[in-house]
Amino acid sequence: MSENNFLEVRDLKKYFQTSRGMLHAVDGISFSLKKGETLGIVGESGCGKSTAGRAILRLIEPTEGQIYFDGIDIRALNKEEMRKMRHNMQIIFQDPFSSLDPRKSVSQIIEEPLKINRIYATNRERLDRVKELMDLVGLAQRLVNTYPHELDGGRRQRIGIARSLALNPQFIVCDEPVSALDVSIQAQILNLMKELQAKLGLTYIFITHDLSVVNHFSDTIAVMYLGKIVEKGSTEDIFSHPLHPYTQALLSAIPIPDIHSRQERIAIKGEITSPIDPKPGCRFASRCPKANDYCGRAEPALVETGPGHSAACHLIESIQ
Amino acid sequence: MGGIAMHNEFAVEVKNLYVEFKTDYGVVKAVNGLDISIAPGKTLGLVGETGAGKTTTGLAMMNLIPSPPGRIVQGEIRICGQDILKLSEREMDKLRGQQISMIFQDPMTSLNPVMTVGTQIAEVIAYHEKVNKTEAMKKAKEILELVGIPAERAKEYPHQFSGGMKQRVIIAMALVCNPSILIADEPTTALDVTIQAQVLAMMKELKEKLHTALLMITHDLGIVADICDFVSVIYAGRIVEHGTLEDIFDNPAHPYTKGLFNSLPSITNRKTNLKPIRGLMPDPSNLPSGCPFHDRCDDACDICTSAMPQKAELSESHYVECHLFHSDKDKSVFGGTK
Repeated sequence: MSENNFLEVRDLKKYFQTSRGMLHAVDGISFSLKKGETLGIVGESGCGKSTAGRAILRLIEPTEGQIYFDGIDIRALNKEEMRKMRHNMQIIFQDPFSSLDPRKSVSQIIEEPLKINRIYATNRERLDRVKELMDLVGLAQRLVNTYPHELDGGRRQRIGIARSLALNPQFIVCDEPVSALDVSIQAQILNLMKELQAKLGLTYIFITHDLSVVNHFSDTIAVMYLGKIVEKGSTEDIFSHPLHPYTQALLSAIPIPDIHSRQERIAIKGEITSPIDPKPGCRFASRCPKANDYCGRAEPALVETGPGHSAACHLIESIQ
Repeated sequence: MGGIAMHNEFAVEVKNLYVEFKTDYGVVKAVNGLDISIAPGKTLGLVGETGAGKTTTGLAMMNLIPSPPGRIVQGEIRICGQDILKLSEREMDKLRGQQISMIFQDPMTSLNPVMTVGTQIAEVIAYHEKVNKTEAMKKAKEILELVGIPAERAKEYPHQFSGGMKQRVIIAMALVCNPSILIADEPTTALDVTIQAQVLAMMKELKEKLHTALLMITHDLGIVADICDFVSVIYAGRIVEHGTLEDIFDNPAHPYTKGLFNSLPSITNRKTNLKPIRGLMPDPSNLPSGCPFHDRCDDACDICTSAMPQKAELSESHYVECHLFHSDKDKSVFGGTK
């Protein structure tokens, strides 16, 4: 692997056996990420973005593929080694309402990783660390003994962030961390996550369906559709020159809160098809406004179209 | 509109509405003196965050506030000129579906899972119109075609439909008796963006075709820009700012409205910093004195903590409830006090 890649994922696959056949949730995705950067993984429900996030952390075991974290092949680690490795790699979940144990107080939730990993010898030291973490994420210390149900969504998400930071990780998968929050609170949490990234040198994978958030937050973007990355590139490239018809349609579908810069919508018909035993061919072909017969027969490979920008589409030359 | 005389130009008019809920922890004041009016065929966006009273307002307009614990304390709700709070339950039943309909956020839970979608739509028709079963089903199929679902799918059950399709069925059901007013409570929040775009386009087309007044309840200013003619910004159960789409998007006046715009990540300029509104929405069972927004407002002054601001008319179409605009004439309109 190249020296300066902090995280490198190669041909990652996660299949689930279902009664109707093999579900290809993540079907061979590859990408790399430098230290301190943010990769946004964007897509709609069922595209496999959350499964990808969990598979990268081995919270669910990938079916195939390699994951190199700081040069270490983490799929080769045994359970104990993996547990240690997880100090460095954490996750923030989408729903601050269901990802916190309702029977635990704020301090009990935040200290759990510290306890499991026996980081501190005394309760005193551990509580000091909990308070330090609460300061870091902007939670008032008076809330230390409150329970999640007493707090609003924004504060709950701050607890989730404090918990993920407890072990001083270098890398965090953020799975839709703000999509359950109101816009004014969403902005508070996004700003906090940016501050933490600058302060602690964190590397993020930011999983979201919200393109305006990912635009604000990410350095590079991977767009997923039915288990595949259909386009990836720098955030500027993706937003100013989207190449894949799906990316173009997705960008044009965002309702923009501006009444003077209305753009034409690219209507895409129909809905996402089934990820169970997908047919050969481009997975977007049935909805694609530009598709021809060939698109349904052969699967397009992700090809580089410019520095750091690649797309998987048979028609890429004509689109460019 | 039946035999009811139109007393005014509005399809729906809500005046000085107060709704509260009695709970074990005190009285929750969900709606506190709210005014809304929509002309036939126009769309009003009701914008606000969780807990602002958006859904309660919608439910009150349907006279569907669960009681107890809820209660419409005072106010007037006129649907096509008729004060619905004076109607009997039976009369109200007739009105719902026929003159006013509501669609809810979550298409997954709004349909009956053990009835085919055709039967569910036909049920509405049979209740309101003197038709037999076959005719009702025929009409149900027509409306399904209108929302873009092939008529033969009428015999399928909700679980056989995707989220976007279910929401289309619900819209069909709400519109089948051609109501004068449709309340849409976050109709696309549970849908993916590409499906949301499809559903919004369809709603736009339908309301033009049917000349329905639409109340679009949403937290998404992008959707408002896309579909609405007028905008009311709701905070702690009051309309704090109201105007045309241009008034609100080009000249937002209330500090809360401005705060909402500043909290949004910009799609065109990714380097702009987000300026969140500090603090949280006040607890509706314990509203602060004075302006309910004062403790989150950067421009608040003494009077804001003590007196509730009155409406200040900025133009014929645009008003704001904020002390900053209650000039002694020498205070500049946008400069605040100092």
